[in-house]
Amino acid sequence: MDTNKNLYTILYATGMVVVVAVVLAFASSLLKERQQRNVEIERKQMILRSVHLAADANTVKDKDSYVEQEYAKFITDSSITEGEKQLTLYICKIESGERFYIIPLHGVGLWGPVWGYISLKNDFNSVYGATFDHKSETPGLGAEITTNEFSGQFENKRIFDDKGEYVSVKVVKGGAIEGDYHQVDAISGGTITSKAVEDMLFKNIREYMNFFSENLKAAQERAQEKARADEQAALEAAIINNRENLVR
Amino acid sequence: MSNKKIFIEPLFKNNPVTVLVLGICSALAVTVKLEPALVMALSVTVVTGFSGMIVSLIRNTIPNRIRIIVQLVVVAMLVILVDQLLKAYAYEVSKQLSVFVGLIITNCIIMGRIEAFALANKPIPSLIDGLANGLGYGIILVVVAFFRELLGSGTLMGYQIIPNAIYIKNGGFYENNGLLILPPAALILVGLFIWVQRSISKELIEKK
Repeated sequence: MDTNKNLYTILYATGMVVVVAVVLAFASSLLKERQQRNVEIERKQMILRSVHLAADANTVKDKDSYVEQEYAKFITDSSITEGEKQLTLYICKIESGERFYIIPLHGVGLWGPVWGYISLKNDFNSVYGATFDHKSETPGLGAEITTNEFSGQFENKRIFDDKGEYVSVKVVKGGAIEGDYHQVDAISGGTITSKAVEDMLFKNIREYMNFFSENLKAAQERAQEKARADEQAALEAAIINNRENLVR
Repeated sequence: MSNKKIFIEPLFKNNPVTVLVLGICSALAVTVKLEPALVMALSVTVVTGFSGMIVSLIRNTIPNRIRIIVQLVVVAMLVILVDQLLKAYAYEVSKQLSVFVGLIITNCIIMGRIEAFALANKPIPSLIDGLANGLGYGIILVVVAFFRELLGSGTLMGYQIIPNAIYIKNGGFYENNGLLILPPAALILVGLFIWVQRSISKELIEKK
C-alpha cells in the first residue's frame, strides 16, 4: 500500500486522533471521581492543618475518612457578606469551646497559582496557624512554602499594628527582624514565591477588613470592659475588706 | 543485536543523558529532591517503553510525511495517561512533579529513541530499548537527586540525614550548600558524571 497518498494521510491522521481521544476520554471519566476526591480531601486537610488539627493524618491508615471525620467534627463552612461580595469563612470550634476563624487565600506565584488558609484567634488579630500550597512552584525553592518550617513562622504574628492599622504579615528577604509581629523569613532562592505569599495574605485578608476590624474593636472593648469590671471588683473587695477590718 | 545488549547498553555505555546528552532539561528541574526524581524516572521509563512499542507496532502504516506528528500523538497520549493515573493514585507526588509530567512529552530521549530505534525495529526490542533508555535516564536522575538533596537540604526522601546538631544554627559548623538546590548544580553534577564516564570508557573521547 502506498502510504504517501494524500487521502491515506488524511484518513490516517483522522482515525488516529479519534482513537486517542476515545482512550483519553475513557481514562479521564474512569479516574475522575478518585481525582476529585483527592482534591477535596486535600482541601479539607489543609483547612484542618491551618488550625493544627489532624496533623497525624498522613500516618493514619485510612487517611481519607479520618480527614473527613475530623472536618465534620470541628469545622463549619460559613460566609459573610461584605459590600456586594459573599466571602467564605470557615469557623473552627475546638473541644475547649475556643473559636478560630479561617480565611481561604488565593494568589499568583511564579509559575502558577498559590493558595492557602490562615486562621485567626478570637481576638481577630493574632494568627493561630497558616498553611500554603501551590500548583507549580519550583521544587526545593518556591515549593518550600508548603513546609511547616515556613508556615509555622506565621503563628502568633499579628495582622493589625498597635494603633489598629491593618499591616498584614510581610515575608522578608534576608531574614525577618526577631520579635517583630509583622514579619517572617522568606525562602532563599524562592523570593518571587515568597513575595506572592505576602501579596496574597495582604489582599485576601483585606477583603475581610470590615468584619475583622469591627470584631477587633468589639474584642478590645470586651477586654477593656473586663479590665474595668475586674478593677471595680477589686476595689469593692478592698472596700469590703477595709470595712470588715474597721468593724473588727 | 540481542535483546540483552539492547537493554544493557543504554544503562551506561550509551547512556542517553551522559553520552547522547538528551533529556537534560528535566534532569535539571526535578532533581532537587529524591522522591520526585524517582517517580519522574519511573514515569519516563513507562512512556519511553510503551511509546516505542506502540510506534513500532504501527511503523509500517505511518505516512512518512506526518511521521513526527503521529509519534508525538502517541507520546502525548501516554504522558496524559501517566499524569491522570498519578493524580488519581499518587496525588502527593503528582503535585510535586506538577508541570514536569506534562513536559515528558518534550523529553528528547523519547522522540530520539522512536526515530532512531522503534521505527526500524520489531515491537519487543523497541519496548526493551525504550525501557532501558528510560532507566538509563532514571539512573542519572536519581544519582543527581541523591547528591542534591543530601548536600543541598541535608535530607534523603524527606528524612533528615545530616545530624541536626552539627548545623551552625544549632551551634555546630555545618551549613547546607545553597548552590545545590539551584538548577546550575545539576548541570555541574551531570558534567562531572560525563567526565568520570569518559575517563572510564576512553572510546567515547573524540579523536582530534
